Amino acid sequence: MLINHPLLGPRDAQEFTYLGDAALIQRPDWQADDAADQFHEYLYLRDNPAGLHRELWFHEAGDRSWLVVTRNTVTHEITDVQLARDVARNEGRST
Amino acid sequence: MTHSNRLGGGLVDQSTRLSFSFDGAEYQGHQGDTLASALLANGVRLMGRSFKYHRPRGVMTAGSEEPNALVELRSGARQEPNTRATVAELYDGLDARSQNRFPSLKYDFMGINDRFSNFLTAGFYYKTFMWPKAFWEKLYEPVIRKAAGLGSVSFQDDPDCYDKGFRHCDLLVIGSGPAGLMAALTAGRAGARVILAEEDFVTGGRLNAETHQIGDMAGSDWAASVVAELVALPNVRILTRTTVIGAFDHGIYGAVERVSDHLAVPESGKPRQVLWRIYSKRAVLAAGATERPIAFENNDRPGVMLAGAVRAYANRWAVTPHKQVAIFTNNDDGHRTAADLMAKGVTVTGVIDIRPDAPSLSGAEVFAGAQVVDSTGRLGLRSVKLRLASGELRDLNCGALAVSGGWNPNVHLTCHQRGKPVWNDAIAAFIPGGELPFGMRVAGAANGDLSTMGALKTGAQAAKDALDDLGIRAQLPDLPKAEDAKISLTPFWYVKASKGRAWIDQQNDVTVKDIKLAHQENFRSVEHLKRYTTLGMATDQGKTSNMGGLAVMAELTGKSIPETGTTIFRPPYTPVTMGALAGRSVGKDFHPTRETPSHKWATEQGAVFVEVGNWMRAQWFPKPGETHWRQSVEREVRQTRNSVGVCDVTTLGKIDVQGADAATFLNKIYANGFAKLAIGKVRYGVMLREDGIAYDDGTAARLAEDHFVVTTTTANAVLVYRNMEFARQCLWPDLDVQLISTTEAWAQYAVAGPNARNLLQKIVDPEFDISNDAFPFMACGEVTVCGGLRARLFRISFSGELAYEIAVPTRYGDAMIRALMEAGEEFDVTPYGTEALGVMRIEKGHAAGNELNGTTTALNLGLGRMVSKKKDCIGNVLSEREGLNEDNALRLVGLRPVDARDAIPAGAHLMNADGDVSAKTDQGYVTSAAYSPILESSIGLAFLKGGADRMGEILRVVNPLEGQDIRAEVVSAHFVDPDGERLRA
Repeated sequence: MLINHPLLGPRDAQEFTYLGDAALIQRPDWQADDAADQFHEYLYLRDNPAGLHRELWFHEAGDRSWLVVTRNTVTHEITDVQLARDVARNEGRST
Repeated sequence: MTHSNRLGGGLVDQSTRLSFSFDGAEYQGHQGDTLASALLANGVRLMGRSFKYHRPRGVMTAGSEEPNALVELRSGARQEPNTRATVAELYDGLDARSQNRFPSLKYDFMGINDRFSNFLTAGFYYKTFMWPKAFWEKLYEPVIRKAAGLGSVSFQDDPDCYDKGFRHCDLLVIGSGPAGLMAALTAGRAGARVILAEEDFVTGGRLNAETHQIGDMAGSDWAASVVAELVALPNVRILTRTTVIGAFDHGIYGAVERVSDHLAVPESGKPRQVLWRIYSKRAVLAAGATERPIAFENNDRPGVMLAGAVRAYANRWAVTPHKQVAIFTNNDDGHRTAADLMAKGVTVTGVIDIRPDAPSLSGAEVFAGAQVVDSTGRLGLRSVKLRLASGELRDLNCGALAVSGGWNPNVHLTCHQRGKPVWNDAIAAFIPGGELPFGMRVAGAANGDLSTMGALKTGAQAAKDALDDLGIRAQLPDLPKAEDAKISLTPFWYVKASKGRAWIDQQNDVTVKDIKLAHQENFRSVEHLKRYTTLGMATDQGKTSNMGGLAVMAELTGKSIPETGTTIFRPPYTPVTMGALAGRSVGKDFHPTRETPSHKWATEQGAVFVEVGNWMRAQWFPKPGETHWRQSVEREVRQTRNSVGVCDVTTLGKIDVQGADAATFLNKIYANGFAKLAIGKVRYGVMLREDGIAYDDGTAARLAEDHFVVTTTTANAVLVYRNMEFARQCLWPDLDVQLISTTEAWAQYAVAGPNARNLLQKIVDPEFDISNDAFPFMACGEVTVCGGLRARLFRISFSGELAYEIAVPTRYGDAMIRALMEAGEEFDVTPYGTEALGVMRIEKGHAAGNELNGTTTALNLGLGRMVSKKKDCIGNVLSEREGLNEDNALRLVGLRPVDARDAIPAGAHLMNADGDVSAKTDQGYVTSAAYSPILESSIGLAFLKGGADRMGEILRVVNPLEGQDIRAEVVSAHFVDPDGERLRA
């Protein structure tokens, strides 16, 4: 597969390490009343879609960016690639 | 030189003379021959024995689809089994042998299997070797394994090298027949970057096997002229001897180039094969078509071949399998073979055409509406038995039978993703359908356009369309005049009048009867059919047999062939040698070898090395007279604890953390607090996974307000760094913090023992005060050593002694170890390796990988109080789960044997002294054990249920697997210096 790195252009998937669902960015608030339940869901419960999937890839043999890659799990078509940091900021993880 | 079956003309150079041997007999062939064509030229039809029944077999095809003629090439370390003689290029001195026979090809003892064929039908293994159960491993499997398989491997290292490489192009053209050549020409003239990949060692594909004219030239001459133009274009690269083996995601193709297989020994510096990864923007698949046979009784005799192959041998290689050839066909193409053979002076004894309205042919008798029902000839075909349209039976003499059942487009690569072939009635075959791999177009025979004109036209158009996608303007070349015959074919798969065995899959010895049996036993889906009968397995993957099998099954189930469907085509298209897949990653190059800065010095000392996370670490340093590793290790421990020792700890991961929020960031990464760590201090830290399990430990040293140096364990250096980047970029994206791995940038040595400071005072420049008051336990700082070299000093201890770690830039690492050893001479300094390091950390009760084993929490490790409840850090929420915090949770304890002569067995389980030995009564397990030269006793670390409250208790330490059962006392894990006085001295 080729991943179109937002900073570096198309790179072979071999340069990356795969983590999984980009929902891992949404780490719950540790002080929430139901923090234990939220963390349980965050850590153990994942969707397994046949179709579009937003997922985290680490450019380990490259510039060490974490990317959010939107990939169709059926066709492997990649429709969007963003820096995970930008995604995290957009999703409200700025402190 | 006379070849009994060599004809005139052809594309072989009949002026050359190449000697080769087959089963020890010497033969000659010509430049341009394959092993198969050269054997046929010499009158050799028998080339192998079949897999199951050991039936005599000859060559059936002229290409990579060959099921029968599998041979062993070369000898010694270069011996290569199961190579198809049809693609083995002849070279002078080629040494080939037949396989799967004993003692010889003509007299094979295992031919007895053929007599028992009634027992050896589909599902034989599944039915026969069911019971008794114990017989499987001891008897059945070894016997079957011995009998199975064809060729043999040399069991020697491959002396040749294999490579991997990358190629990029706008258009990849797969196949160099008329369609592929026109595609490459169209794209090449348009200036696109083109790669033309051809499996064969000559370009031109089927044009070399036919007598068709293109324009006013012979087809093969036209092909040569196009190739000449392509070679002159700088934007076109032609790869011959290169098979595209798979279509992968996003336009990436795998291809194997056989650089040196046509040579006895690769040229100096050249690989035998190269595995290419081709990045294409678009691709044209012009892979042609494969002919299929018709099954009839005893259709597997040497001499029964595909008609297109017989024609190819005659036209390209100037060879006929026999002086007398008959044809068996259901379509007009079979008649071409008859005509071409007769033009070369070969006698065609008859054309058996199943069609009642078969066209006539001058020079040969056509038996319209007739079928071949049987054949004779033990080691080679002698005659066939016909059943004429009238029902009359007749014998027809022939030494070869050219069979044509129609042509199947080579759709394989179109299916490597989600393609699903569709049925085409006109040619009674599957053509590409469904969703093709990204950017792929199909042209020519591979797409069902079986005429030469169709190939030329669709090849050019496919390339033009592909380039249109890319915004490259291309002109269609002028189409030359070419053969454009209509397909005339009556689908016909097997002769029903045959009573005996009619072979569908010759490679796997699957007959029409086997398919009927599979149907009868309800293995009717094509995927079940394949697994139950092995139809379509092994090196040819059913290229000539799958369609026949499907057709028989379709008939039995009353469904159409498209309803029956095909099995899934998967890469690779043809077999790939393991060497090509491995490339250079073999032996010591299988993965990188990392050497520490003291490696050269340690080698000079005669160190014994151990591999840790790709690093070569000194395990111990034997001295003259030491005959057992324990002598060396115990001496290193004693010398260190009594005076001073030095150990290379460069391999620990080092991560430089800088930025205004560096402390805030570390506070989130570590379970314990780091925000308040003073500048110039080091703190031990534990990292948790988000699920609350401890996964790494190490130290973080604060060199400045905004600058920390984190160390990780050797094994987890990469993982910790990855996780820290995840936290930095994904979880807390706006913290002002930067990370970089500096593991390789610093050479680091532990200097441990009562004389550690005395030694270091000779190394560290005098303006830096490292006295106990100025530089206490857990201090750190930047210093200079040896007269001005910048260094970092950390007062930390893994051994439990007064200890430091000193780091210098890596290029000074070798000089540093030599300087340390020289300065330490007066203190009787010793280098120590990982074994002594391990003994000392067990004596001190420090956790390492054995204890941080992926199942243990900080609480288990006795570090529960370190986990801060007052801050957000990775893992702290889930570490509070009830199940991880039970009162009798495992706790790290020490063990000492009651009888000092006993040794604590590592990995043993703990049981109550008077209880049962069972999983139910399990109390915990031993993680680490060593002989302590200081305590002069075996000691161990263990996780024990409720261990913190069980000091002094006697337990059974048992290892039922090895029959070990000793008694040990539960003690503190801190065997040496439990109060830490030495650390602070």
